[in-house]
Amino acid sequence: MLSTRVIPTLLWKQVGLVKGAGFDSWRRVGPVLPAIRVYNQREVDELILLDITAQETGDDPDYDSIVDYGQDCFVPLTYGGGVRNITQVGPLLRAGADKVSVNTAAYDTPELITQIAQRHGSQCVVVSIDVRTTASGQWTCFSHAGSRDTGQDAVAWAREAEDRGAGEILITSIERDGTYQGYDLALIAAIAEAVTIPVIASGGAGSYQHMVDAILQGGASAVAAASIFHFTELTPRGAKDALADAGIPVRPPFVETSSG
Amino acid sequence: MRVAVIDYGTGNLGSMLRALEELGAQPSLATAPDQLARADRLILPGVGNFSDCMNALTVGGWTDALRDAVAERGLPLLGVCVGMQLLASHGTEGAASGAMTQGLGFIRGAVSHLRMQGCTERLPHVGWNALHPTGDDPLLAGIPAGTHFYFVHSFAFMAEDPASVIATASHGVSFAAAIRRGHVWGTQFHPEKSSRAGFRLLRNFLGDLPC
Repeated sequence: MLSTRVIPTLLWKQVGLVKGAGFDSWRRVGPVLPAIRVYNQREVDELILLDITAQETGDDPDYDSIVDYGQDCFVPLTYGGGVRNITQVGPLLRAGADKVSVNTAAYDTPELITQIAQRHGSQCVVVSIDVRTTASGQWTCFSHAGSRDTGQDAVAWAREAEDRGAGEILITSIERDGTYQGYDLALIAAIAEAVTIPVIASGGAGSYQHMVDAILQGGASAVAAASIFHFTELTPRGAKDALADAGIPVRPPFVETSSG
Repeated sequence: MRVAVIDYGTGNLGSMLRALEELGAQPSLATAPDQLARADRLILPGVGNFSDCMNALTVGGWTDALRDAVAERGLPLLGVCVGMQLLASHGTEGAASGAMTQGLGFIRGAVSHLRMQGCTERLPHVGWNALHPTGDDPLLAGIPAGTHFYFVHSFAFMAEDPASVIATASHGVSFAAAIRRGHVWGTQFHPEKSSRAGFRLLRNFLGDLPC
C-alpha cells in the first residue's frame, strides 16, 4: 500500500534558506546544503526546493547550485522557481531534480504543463498553486510568489492542470503559510475532490495533528511543511510516527536483514 | 566494477551516477553504443513515455548494441522505471489507441496503463510503497519483505511468464515491481532515489550475480 509522504519544503532565496509568513516576511534561516544533507541522512520521503526569487529576476534557474544540492540527495527532489519554458526542464533534470514545479509561468502559458508532460512524463510536472481567499470567499490563484492576483479559481485551475498533464498538485494557502494554524482543510478537500492526481498539502502546518487532518479530512496524498521542521522541535520522523498512530500508512525505516 | 549508465537523453541520471560512486563502483554515462564495450554492468534508466524512449533508443543505435551486450556478451543489465518497461515485448504508451510499440523484448510481456490493469487509486502512483518479493532473488538479498521503495509511474509491466516477476507491489491492484529473466533485471521503482534500501539493491546488482 502506498505510504503517505512527509515532505520538507526548502525555501531558497539567493544564497540561503528562508522562512516565510504569508509570503512576505522572509527570514533567513541558514545555508541550503547542510539542510539537504541532514534531511537525506534522516531519510525523509522527498524534498521540495523552491527558489522564491527566480521568477522575479527572470533569470534561468541556478543550475550550478542545484547540481550541488542534488549531489547528496538520494530521495526525490522537486525543484521550483522561475521555470518558464520547456528548454529549462532537461537541464534541471540533469542538474539533479526529479520533478519540476511550475507556478507563475503556467498561468500565461498553460501549454507548458503539456509540453513538460509529453517530453518528460506527467510524473515530472508538479503544478504549484498558491491560493488566497478573497473578500467574497473565493479561492483565487496568485502568481509571482503570491503577489499577483490571476483571477483564476483554484479548483478550476487544478482541474485544468490535470487535464493538461500535471502529475501532482502542490496546493498552498498563502494566508496560512508560516502561521502554524493548520492547513486550509476546506481548500485541500476541494482540490483533492476535483482531481484524480495526487495532491500535496502545503501552508500552515503547526502540529502533527494538522498533518493527520490534511490526510484524513483534506484527502491529501502528501503533506509538505517548512517552518515547523526548521523552527520547532518537530521532525519528519515524528510526523510519520503521528500519522502511523492515526492509522495512516507511512514508510518505516529500512532495516537490512543480515542474511545474503 | 565499471557500470555504464545508458544516456539516451532522458531524466535525472546524476543521482544514479552518485549512488553508484557511493557504492565504490566506477560509473560512467554511455552516450554512444560503442561505449558499452568496456562495461561490466549496464543500467538502462528511463522516464517519460515508452514510445518516445524506445524511439530514442532506436534512433541512437542502442537497440542492437544492447541486444549484443546482453545476448552475446552476457552482461548483467538493470532497467529502471521506464527502463524496466522497455525490456518488454511491447507497450501501449504513446502509441495510437489500440496500437503497440515494439520494446526490446528481453523479458516477454506487455506494458499497459495501471487503469487498464484495474487500478482505481490516484494516478500517477507516486511515493514510497512496500515491496513483496515472490522468491529469493539475489537482486533483493538483504531486503526484507515490506521494505519501501520510491515509485513514480502510471504504466506497469505485465509479464507473460509469471516466473519473471520477482517482486510485486500494490496500488489498488497488484503489479510487477521487479522482474528478471536470466541476467536481465528490471525495477519499476527507483533504487537511486530509495535511500538506503535502494543502495542495498544496487550493491546486490554490483556483486556476484548468477549469469
